[in-house]
Amino acid sequence: MDLKTLRYAKSHEWAILHGELCTVGITQFAVDQLTDVTNLDLPKVGRKLDAGKPFGEIESVKAVFDLIAPVTGDVVEVNAAVAGDPSIINQDPYGAGWMLKIKVPAGATLTHLMDLGQYEKQLAEEGH
Amino acid sequence: MGNLRTPLYDWHVSRKARMVPFGGWDMPVQYTGIIDEHTAVRQCCGLFDISHMGRLVFDGSDALPFIQKVFTNDAATMKMGQVRYGLICNEQGGILDDVLVYRLPEFWLMVVNASNRTKIVAWLRKHLGSADATVTDRTLDWSMIALQGPRAVESNEVAGRLKYYYAAVTGIPDRDGMQIISRTGYTGEDGYEAIVPNDYIEELVFMLTEKQTTWRYDFPVLPCGLGARDTLRLEAAMPLYGHELGEAIDPIQAGLSWAVKFDKGDFVGRESLLTLKDAARAQRVGIELDGRKAAREGCSILKDGAIVGSVTSGSFAPTLGKSLAMAYVQPGLAAVGTTLIVDIRGSEVAARVVPLPFYKRPRV
Repeated sequence: MDLKTLRYAKSHEWAILHGELCTVGITQFAVDQLTDVTNLDLPKVGRKLDAGKPFGEIESVKAVFDLIAPVTGDVVEVNAAVAGDPSIINQDPYGAGWMLKIKVPAGATLTHLMDLGQYEKQLAEEGH
Repeated sequence: MGNLRTPLYDWHVSRKARMVPFGGWDMPVQYTGIIDEHTAVRQCCGLFDISHMGRLVFDGSDALPFIQKVFTNDAATMKMGQVRYGLICNEQGGILDDVLVYRLPEFWLMVVNASNRTKIVAWLRKHLGSADATVTDRTLDWSMIALQGPRAVESNEVAGRLKYYYAAVTGIPDRDGMQIISRTGYTGEDGYEAIVPNDYIEELVFMLTEKQTTWRYDFPVLPCGLGARDTLRLEAAMPLYGHELGEAIDPIQAGLSWAVKFDKGDFVGRESLLTLKDAARAQRVGIELDGRKAAREGCSILKDGAIVGSVTSGSFAPTLGKSLAMAYVQPGLAAVGTTLIVDIRGSEVAARVVPLPFYKRPRV
């Protein structure tokens, strides 16, 4: 996965748009902060998501975090492999560790999200 | 005032530990990852810096009667070198701390929780009275590490010869000073703990963790943080002060009546504990939850829609692969097999009371 092709949310989710289908996961930085993922709660197929609102939870031994929807749309596919074995997210957050595919409204874009340069700048400003 | 740092602070940072404040100290919560570290202890050997624990020396001709007065367990029946777990209670029977008492040839030693050290030192001095006994806080002079895991004792000649919950005072090769090695720990695994002078700890840790061709063992010793220490002790159902134990909790409801010896004579809290003994009150239980979501401290426990208790510690348990918790529940609901609901951030998760400990190490 070329990280330059992804867009990023402040809350450390990544998104990529192919036509009207947006794939969503979390970034390596988020994984490093979480460490070992022990549990993942993802929405069911068909659920409507609102950009900026929680769509699930990700949990490590020590802590639990909300997952925030980077786009508005309908969940059309959930990665059953990571739901069953969340450690996949630790191993490959940008590939096999993807979480959802969301069908976005026609004409929707990801321009409200950061590009890689902006995201890296945010991480630097947060002191990482 | 800033947090205290153990003599191994720079070593932790050099090993890329994530440092967190704990009990007034900056301590490593993890190095490589909690699950890796947890697994190393269950399968082989992990090393913990536990220098933050308080180390108090009792000396003088009345040391034993004084310990008897403040300690719920019986120190008088301890053999030379023996180590014994017990509580320090207030007059109401509330737990001020849970401690280990060591009977050593030259003195008695008490190891107390970091967060309670100053409180306990003050409590002990207050109760000294006219006893010919002294309490000296050696916490800042001595370092302490725990080597835990099925192979841990192979890394120390003395430890391998000790019986479980016994200690020995020995010299240090090629230098002055002494060390205290005890076959004790807080992980549910075999292993030992070593108390050594501060100026020896870095050398010792280097010897234990760096592969030395001159060393007699060939397994890796993985540095482990407080994160793994917490998941390990949870699986072993060992209570943690501030979670399962506190001043509003008495040892009997905490399931620690085995560490309270009413027959040994008077001790602080005895009268209250005698009257509390048969009173109905919340009990510490072990709970296994459906799914992988962890119950965290403070989660409510429900039965038939009513709140009947709350979680004191909970986590996904790495060795057992389940979501486990310890909790206090109303006395009628403490029986093994009782079904309960745990409210985890608004979602109701089915759970049941299971026997403690959750994990018992395989005996060879």
